[in-house]
Amino acid sequence: MTLSTEQLMDCYRRMRRIRTFEEKLAELVGSGRLAGFLHLYAGEEAVAVGVCEHLGGRDYVASTHRGHGHAIAKGVDVAGMMAELFGRATGTCKGKGGSMHIADLDKGMLGANGIVGAGIPLATGAALSAQVRKTGGVAVAFFGDGASNQGQFHEALNLAAVWKLPALFVVENNGYGEATPMEFVTPVRDIAVRATSYGIPGVIADGMDFFDVYAKAGEAIDRARRGDGPTLLECKTYRYFGHYVGDPLTYRTKEEAEAWREKDAIRHFEERTVRDGVMEPGNLRRIDAEVAAEVEAAVTAAEQAPLPSAESVLTDVYASETRR
Amino acid sequence: MSRQLPMVAAINEALHVALASDPTVIVLGEDVAGGGGRQDQGIEEAWGGIMGATKGLIKAFGAERVRDTPISEMGFLGAAVGAALTGLRPVAELMFIDFIGVSLDPLLNQAAKLRYMFGGKAKVPLTVRTSTGAGLRSAAQHSQSLYNITTSIPGLKTVIPSNPADAKGLLLAAIRDDDPVVFCEPKSLMFKKGEVPEGDYMVPLGKAALAREGGDVSLVAFGAMVDVALAAAAALAEEGVSAEVLDLRSLQPLDEAAILATLAKTGKVVVVDEAPPRCGIASDVAALCVDAGFDSLNGPVRRVTAPHTPVPFSAVLEDAYRPTAARVAETVRGMLG
Repeated sequence: MTLSTEQLMDCYRRMRRIRTFEEKLAELVGSGRLAGFLHLYAGEEAVAVGVCEHLGGRDYVASTHRGHGHAIAKGVDVAGMMAELFGRATGTCKGKGGSMHIADLDKGMLGANGIVGAGIPLATGAALSAQVRKTGGVAVAFFGDGASNQGQFHEALNLAAVWKLPALFVVENNGYGEATPMEFVTPVRDIAVRATSYGIPGVIADGMDFFDVYAKAGEAIDRARRGDGPTLLECKTYRYFGHYVGDPLTYRTKEEAEAWREKDAIRHFEERTVRDGVMEPGNLRRIDAEVAAEVEAAVTAAEQAPLPSAESVLTDVYASETRR
Repeated sequence: MSRQLPMVAAINEALHVALASDPTVIVLGEDVAGGGGRQDQGIEEAWGGIMGATKGLIKAFGAERVRDTPISEMGFLGAAVGAALTGLRPVAELMFIDFIGVSLDPLLNQAAKLRYMFGGKAKVPLTVRTSTGAGLRSAAQHSQSLYNITTSIPGLKTVIPSNPADAKGLLLAAIRDDDPVVFCEPKSLMFKKGEVPEGDYMVPLGKAALAREGGDVSLVAFGAMVDVALAAAAALAEEGVSAEVLDLRSLQPLDEAAILATLAKTGKVVVVDEAPPRCGIASDVAALCVDAGFDSLNGPVRRVTAPHTPVPFSAVLEDAYRPTAARVAETVRGMLG
């Protein structure tokens, strides 16, 4: 699986878009321009983009409370996302969802999810749907190390394995469930070993290395498309901003955070591709500037966009509108 | 010559019709095939559900569309929600509504809310069939009437038939509805026969039915309590009291107009519910009568419900627990004084 320069440029653009989007959100919250409870994906970009580069229009992803990165990687429009975060009528979800519920079914994005672990059976069901409808599609569940202690994780993996569903379970192991270090609550070092209980492959990838994630996700997705069933892919990674914007980060050391930043996925992507002569720094800087402008424009548009009407609180509850 | 079928057979017919008429319909749940689909061992079909409601489906429609699940309600209900979100029309069986205790998140936080949270850009055409109610000596964890929980969750619909004909038509309507519907099957009615029309028909969600006309008092009931109300009405008729019986059929959407219409006609309402009294359907209907029908009321709204206790096992205890026609009739006599 080799990527063309064009594909590499696109992957870089999406990773940069995630990073810039998230850094902009941290800035907006810090300056009081944006309210809300935001869980930022910055630091984990190689996972979302490395996996989603294998996905197309017939494929699905189900995400988590830390969902902006998955949405962007799957192609959801950042202007709509930004408007959603500002609670505007023009938002991806018309202002009814917010950060933890951004979804875009047209893009196969089944939603961020405020319930830890709940996206895993949703993706399993999307995989069932793909299998029954014979679309050739696959479904990916992204979730954190904390979710792998939820019953939904175990029940969904069991079901997906026994039905050989075209699913990929991607655990983004960032070492913490909220403020609690993984080793306090999880008796195994590698979550990938939990695959053994369900008779499916458990694979570990370096979540800071786009190429490692891309290669291992590719094998797993090919396997799923062939009808050979799901894989549990554990990506070791780190969330730069902690659990949420405003997290005092009292549970981790500066040294630890700096050590992970040394492994920064985007910088390493650039170093490797430039060294290999497939990318030019000038092109990457041009992408950086385009992405920065795009995100800035999204903020400006969102701030100027109309708010939802108060009456719209009553709509979209049922497909067949019903009063009570 | 009308056909008499038990409710379980009417449900089975509805599932056959639904699967035959729409390739996106699938059936999944514990024992829904029950070990069928092993032609190599001479086992084409087996249990077909704990009550036999799904019998014959795997033989007719195959193992891809009729799936035995692990005993893993949260996992398979969650998957059913995901499948509904992505182009299938799943009919999941939650064997007993009591098991909602280990599987509520897919209904509470996913199925009910996805459409709203996504700004109306999703639909979740999921049906959850589940058995409800007491009467089979199944004790506290297999006899509850927890439809008040699902009714209370915005985004879900909840229906409950009182007879086989409605069971077939309501189930077909539920499966073809684009919203998540909890279809309650009163287990004490599953083997009671009634007339069932042939073919494909639907009973609309949100429409109550008059089970008996009368002018002196309105008995509002649903599910297994409709028979109880009808028996009370028959006893009262012998005393010269004319009781109307309204079968709600649908708890959400609720046919408020039908409730207020019967209230306007009689001025007196008794709500019969086999669930405990607190935060339940009987209280909800009583509140509606007082809120929106106060001027028509000619006396207090009465509720006949189970006590605020778990469902007991011993026959004498369970019979004391469930509302009876005698209690309903006695309540009416007290109101007419």
